[in-house]
Amino acid sequence: MNIQSCVEVCNEWDIVSARQLGRNMAKELGFGNVDQARITTAISELARNIYLYAGNGKICIEAAEKMGKRGLKIIATDNGPGIKDIRKVMEDGYTTSGGLGAGLPGVKRLMDEFMIDSVVGSGTEIIATKWLR
Amino acid sequence: MNAETMNVIQMKRSRIKELWEQELGGFKTETSAMTPHMYNELNREFLDLLMNHVSLGDISEDGTLERFFDKVLRANMPLEYITQGLQTYRRIILEVVLEEDLNKDVAIEIYREVDYWMDPILNKVVTNSSRLWERTVSIQKSALLELSAPLIPVFQHISVMPLIGTIDTERAKLIMENLLEGVIQYRSQVVLIDITGVPVVDTMVAHHIIQAADAVRLLGSTCILVGIRPEIAQTIVSLGIDLSLFPTRSTLQKGMEQALDITNQQIVKEK
Repeated sequence: MNIQSCVEVCNEWDIVSARQLGRNMAKELGFGNVDQARITTAISELARNIYLYAGNGKICIEAAEKMGKRGLKIIATDNGPGIKDIRKVMEDGYTTSGGLGAGLPGVKRLMDEFMIDSVVGSGTEIIATKWLR
Repeated sequence: MNAETMNVIQMKRSRIKELWEQELGGFKTETSAMTPHMYNELNREFLDLLMNHVSLGDISEDGTLERFFDKVLRANMPLEYITQGLQTYRRIILEVVLEEDLNKDVAIEIYREVDYWMDPILNKVVTNSSRLWERTVSIQKSALLELSAPLIPVFQHISVMPLIGTIDTERAKLIMENLLEGVIQYRSQVVLIDITGVPVVDTMVAHHIIQAADAVRLLGSTCILVGIRPEIAQTIVSLGIDLSLFPTRSTLQKGMEQALDITNQQIVKEK
């Protein structure tokens, strides 16, 4: 019954549409203002990472359910170069593009659950979930 | 143009018309508020145009097609109306001509010929519409850029830059340029950047704002970030973005008070 909506990310405007999709979904699920902002920001970070490092990929958003809790799950996948040292990218301030280096650790803090799986040379998948309180 | 085919088409004109009205009469659209009478009129004109194309000469060359195209779009009819009309016409002509008892070679010849008439029209329609779209998009893009990042001098030495909407790389560059140029031009001591209208502040947006503020600081002026909504404040903290390098205020009003303070100005009520 899980409905999944996806947005292909290959340019900057796709980041905006991924964000809008996430915001609408979060609103429908009944997330409050602050959590909506958290979810959209997390999607924005993940989509931007895809655009910056992998070139293209996709963001899928679906409703999640676990032990009576409901929530929203973001799945970001790409077939980019992959991440060599995951521990390092999860450190605050580590960046290879001259940015702030707060993206991935930031997403982890914005969301409740965070999973990252990356294989060098074949791509990255990140799954992040936010539960309704 | 093969004279015999022409003759057949001329002879069967009423039959073509009948088939045409049958097929296109059912064309439905929600975008246009045309009355049935107007619609029939348009259909008739379309058929006449295509008939002229066959008997008199290429309508994609002399501007007749463009005029009709404009008319259709002004009536809010979809482009589909034209493409469907062209396909219908091609089908009808072939049907009608092939109703005659013809041998295979002649039929193939006719088939080829019909394709040969219709293709320039179709090409023209496609180029026309895509050019129209491209023009609209480029106009809107430049309009958007003009609205993008204005720096407004408000009081002596105080300017405001209100930001509304999504900030992408191109816009970020523009913000930086306008900000620095404006600071010099208006001799601003304080610049207020208002982000009330920015829907999402992620690390990239924050990074650009920090850079802009830093550059303003190098010019000897102060940058105050205002319009930070509570939910944005929370996400900024969660992301771990350090905005402590420059002053921030929740609203433009509070920022303005501070700016007046910095520039030693006061707003006093006259008695």
